[in-house]
Amino acid sequence: MKTAVIVFPGSNCDRDMAVALETITGKAPAMVWHRESELPAGTDFIALPGGFSYGDYLRSGAMAARSPILRAVAAAAGRGVPVLGVCNGFQVLTEAGLLPGALMRNAGLNFVCRTVPLKVENSQSLFTASYSSDEEIRIPVAHHDGNYFADEDTLDRIEGEGRVAFRYLDSVNGSARDIAGVLSDAGNVLGMMPHPERAIDRAHGGTDGLRLFEAALGALA
Amino acid sequence: MKVNVYVTLKPGVLDPQGKAIHHALEGLGFTGVADVRAGRFIELDVADGTSDADLDAMCARLLANTVIENYRIERA
Repeated sequence: MKTAVIVFPGSNCDRDMAVALETITGKAPAMVWHRESELPAGTDFIALPGGFSYGDYLRSGAMAARSPILRAVAAAAGRGVPVLGVCNGFQVLTEAGLLPGALMRNAGLNFVCRTVPLKVENSQSLFTASYSSDEEIRIPVAHHDGNYFADEDTLDRIEGEGRVAFRYLDSVNGSARDIAGVLSDAGNVLGMMPHPERAIDRAHGGTDGLRLFEAALGALA
Repeated sequence: MKVNVYVTLKPGVLDPQGKAIHHALEGLGFTGVADVRAGRFIELDVADGTSDADLDAMCARLLANTVIENYRIERA
């Protein structure tokens, strides 16, 4: 299996993401620089890591979403290749129009950095099939711009289509309807603010993130 | 040619930064401020004759996120 982690100037969770992917696949992912215009041939899983791409200039994820590699990521997503965007990766996916909505400044204005309880809202997706429906899991968050916004019609639609993957069980950042993770229309793109790659080893204080990678990568194996 | 672009949050989109500024103004004793909305001002220096359509595309595709923001273009 060939996985890839996209690296932007300012990414800072790319290494953690690579460790998570290699833990499951046994093979190091390709680390693909933002200036590349193509993914390695045969890439069958793409991860957009957390961080502060381009220093969050203009808006979080805005510059990264217009970088050359994102055109290749969008094309791959269109062919059904799974794409996981975590934290800044989620912001990039919304800015690129691959996921609905936008991520705004946290309602409390503070950077939020702690482990939060989440509810698995959809356990049927490629990424969440190893969780039970309504299961409570604990995954760390670390972000300043995680306040999910979409208009009411869009929120109704994505909820109706089962595209809310995770919800916060605590008040974390003011997100509309406590949405923490959203799936694309076709289900092969997931964006989420919590960091599953930071919960894959008992030394992390929890392993609830591991099953996300097991589900998504196991389905491809 | 100078072009000014004003990017503002759409009505109805909560603006926590505007709220914090509002609160700070009240803290300084400025009463009577009903609301504060914070936005972004971008100054472009573009070739003379740049079309309205091109300016609009710049705003729609990058300078504003039209999910949450409106923009206004003003040729200076």
